[in-house]
Amino acid sequence: MTATDEDRADAWFHALADRTRRDILRRVLAGEHSVSALAQNYDMSFAAVQKHVAVLERAGLLSKRRQGREALASGDVEAVRSVGAMLTELEALWRGRISRMDELLAHPDHTQR
Amino acid sequence: MPVTDVQHDLDALTLTITADFAAPVERVWEVYADPRQLERVWGPPGYPATFVAHELVAGGRTTYYMTSPEAEKYYAYWTITDVEAPTRFTFNDGFALDETFAPNPEMPESSNVYSFAPAEDGTTRATFVATYASAEALQQVLSMGVVEGSTAAINQIDDLLAADAA
Repeated sequence: MTATDEDRADAWFHALADRTRRDILRRVLAGEHSVSALAQNYDMSFAAVQKHVAVLERAGLLSKRRQGREALASGDVEAVRSVGAMLTELEALWRGRISRMDELLAHPDHTQR
Repeated sequence: MPVTDVQHDLDALTLTITADFAAPVERVWEVYADPRQLERVWGPPGYPATFVAHELVAGGRTTYYMTSPEAEKYYAYWTITDVEAPTRFTFNDGFALDETFAPNPEMPESSNVYSFAPAEDGTTRATFVATYASAEALQQVLSMGVVEGSTAAINQIDDLLAADAA
């Protein structure tokens, strides 16, 4: 990994460490949303939602464009796939161990695949 | 699925997974205490684990390796720090240089806490906590390639997209 990649990973991890930002990202990955429409989903101020959107934008996970007075946000699916890979690789290993454990407990006499 | 909860703590660099196993605590413990059973669950598909030495006691040193589909061996070790049979043990998991199992000073260790709590119905709630020293350490572990994650990761994102569309 280059230093630039490391910086980008830092920005991704920071951006995705927050539940509201993950929820915003889910919505904008499925389609373009105006920031004001997004804000209606959360029990927080418009300014607070705007800040979350800005963090996602700085991390390169979301892009914004203006249409009239509206700011429209959409997710960068390619970037998110990479984040997903980094975040969940270890989790996947653990899940695998747990399901093999489950299998072993249920069928102790089966031989290893 | 026996996994009931997963927490990524990105500040503490800690992964916490909770799972319910349909077996009593003593039986679950036995899997970790017996190297022959442990190696059936430890290595990801395509990377079988072989435990060379393993005794689940405080101060114990476990040595094991995983073999890649290309027959490359990844040597690793545990330093077992604390054992309270049959409910809890803690260990540091690190990579070794070679078949001597000397620790590789360039690779980070993770610290791990495994605990097993009996449930009223005779099953076991297991909690696995792994902590990495730095984001770099986490990345190094991932870059060893001893993971089965890429497909699962993509599936997870696909699920995420599907959940939103629903």
